[in-house]
Amino acid sequence: MAAVQRLIGAGRMPYVFLFPNFVFFGLFVFLPIGINVVFSVTGGPALFPSERPFVGAEQYAYLFDCGSYLDPSSCREDHFWRGVWNTAVFVLFQVGTMVLVSLVTALVLNRPIRGRGFFRAVYFFPVLLSPVVVALIWKWILQRDGLLNAAITSLGGQKILFFVDPSWAMFWAVFVSVWAHMGFYTLILLAGLQAIPSDLYEAAEMDRTPRWRILRRITLPLLWPNMIVVIVLSLIKGVQTFDEVFVLTGGGPGTATLMVVQYIYETAFANQVQNFGLAAAASVVLGLVLFALTLAQLAATRMKER
Amino acid sequence: MAALARLLGARRDGPGRPLHWTDIASYAYLAFGVVLMFGPVLWLVFSSFKTQSALLEFPPSLMPMAQVEVTVPGQPNPLPLFRATLPDGSVKDLAQIRRVGLVVQMVDPAEPDKTYRVAIDKREPVRKVALATENYTEPLRQFAFLRFLSNSLFVTVVATAITLLINSMAAYGLAVYEFRGKAAATLAVIGTLMIPITIVLVPVYLVVTELGLVNSLWAVILPGAATPTGVFLLRQYMLTLPRDLIEAARMDKASEWQIYWRIVMPLTLPALAVLAIFSIMWRWNEFLWPLAVLTKTEVYTLQIGLAAFQGELQTQWHYLLAMTVVTLAPVALVFVFLQRFITTGIGSTGMK
Repeated sequence: MAAVQRLIGAGRMPYVFLFPNFVFFGLFVFLPIGINVVFSVTGGPALFPSERPFVGAEQYAYLFDCGSYLDPSSCREDHFWRGVWNTAVFVLFQVGTMVLVSLVTALVLNRPIRGRGFFRAVYFFPVLLSPVVVALIWKWILQRDGLLNAAITSLGGQKILFFVDPSWAMFWAVFVSVWAHMGFYTLILLAGLQAIPSDLYEAAEMDRTPRWRILRRITLPLLWPNMIVVIVLSLIKGVQTFDEVFVLTGGGPGTATLMVVQYIYETAFANQVQNFGLAAAASVVLGLVLFALTLAQLAATRMKER
Repeated sequence: MAALARLLGARRDGPGRPLHWTDIASYAYLAFGVVLMFGPVLWLVFSSFKTQSALLEFPPSLMPMAQVEVTVPGQPNPLPLFRATLPDGSVKDLAQIRRVGLVVQMVDPAEPDKTYRVAIDKREPVRKVALATENYTEPLRQFAFLRFLSNSLFVTVVATAITLLINSMAAYGLAVYEFRGKAAATLAVIGTLMIPITIVLVPVYLVVTELGLVNSLWAVILPGAATPTGVFLLRQYMLTLPRDLIEAARMDKASEWQIYWRIVMPLTLPALAVLAIFSIMWRWNEFLWPLAVLTKTEVYTLQIGLAAFQGELQTQWHYLLAMTVVTLAPVALVFVFLQRFITTGIGSTGMK
């Protein structure tokens, strides 16, 4: 390396340090973004861009060819819209539950309780598990002769086929996802709670303010920036959900839990006819949504810093 | 009892203060949380040691139990042992020879020539705790499980090493120097923060194909090696290092590379450790991208192997559960030892 420096001079060394990383960024991020757009406006089965005939906005028109956007079955590409709506429902319930559960957990963990570190670790542990492992654990518990059905029948109930009933399948998709990730969001909220100056609480206690009013007037308003980070982050991750749900339900029953990412993956790789153009068009649409959400996140983070 | 009262009653904000009902509610909530968060994992571990027949039992038992079998002289195969209630009211441990309708033919293992006829509802299986360790050893012989494991290990180790090296180089470049294009480079790094692999799945596949890497583990390792989060984390840390140190090294005629490698890298170890933990987690758990780019069984990683396995062999839960435990074990171990660093690392950086 000393020879390199003698050759190009110390002033150009920063470029040497940046070089490997930017080769990777270029090959696997910048170049692909460009190719993705090219793919989405070309057709045919070829993988190499120059062999793909230009079709203009045809892929997008095909995706958006709907009688009514609210009814996936009226769309030509009904699986895409099923994915969109399933993802929307999933994200809505997931974010709502996530915020509520991690807020309660963070508030409890912020109290002067014994073994706080242990409990924090307990809630955090599933965050480290791989989505496949998470899905398999719950699949094992929720199967027809599984632990949960054993509990239900011992209480005098009937076995429930959780993955045959569409609403149950969606419920468990949300539940498992919250189970796996709530520890992460709890940690973000906990960091926010611990940053609230304690003299505020001391003053409030001096005035004999009731606990619930302290919560409403001090804790929640000061925690709000962290809450926004949690909401936006879980939104972004929710829109990208694939692995857990895919292994848990396979997108089923039917298409009841098919997410938009699974649609993209299957259109490009798993279907009999691999349609790269259509998958690319769908991912450009998804990318725009994520871009908007990321801008919101950046704005939220800036707000938190202020 | 006194110890328990002291444990629950002693509070950091005022020892000896009586328990408020909210304290009790908090502990109840946390106890429920322990069951809900750890319970499923424990259930998986317990279940993974059950024999195939024990897994099919409903309702399931918590401990892995298996029926005791005995070898009786004069019988070709080992026989299952039952505790039978005989017509005269006495209770005996008998081995079952065969079942005929609602009646079974049984033999006393102590006196092999004496046989009994017992109604099926008059006998209870004799069971003991038995660990079906073959659930763990069989997949090693029958399937490419060991292959998946070593593939996963290779990907995780090599990818983490590359990530640490090139990300720290870039971070060093961005943290220490002023140069033309620095703002653009920083912006590019931030920009890529937003792009998940999902969005560029198809074109990255094309790039990897053109590089001739499909169905090679390098196809999994390389695309994620440069992580914007990693560059960011390390850069923030390097900015806090004293500049005098670098200046002093330059006075001593150290080359820029030596300053990076000998001085800055060792000082950045805490941040590197955090990034290493993240990278190991990401790589070990990665699913969608390997699923897209690896189609041959020989190159499957554990996660893909598991997912494929559960699709093909729905009924073979006994193998599947054991393999799942093996997949989560390293993560659990790392967690037990590094829990503190992981949670503070994530808490302070807000990433996972």
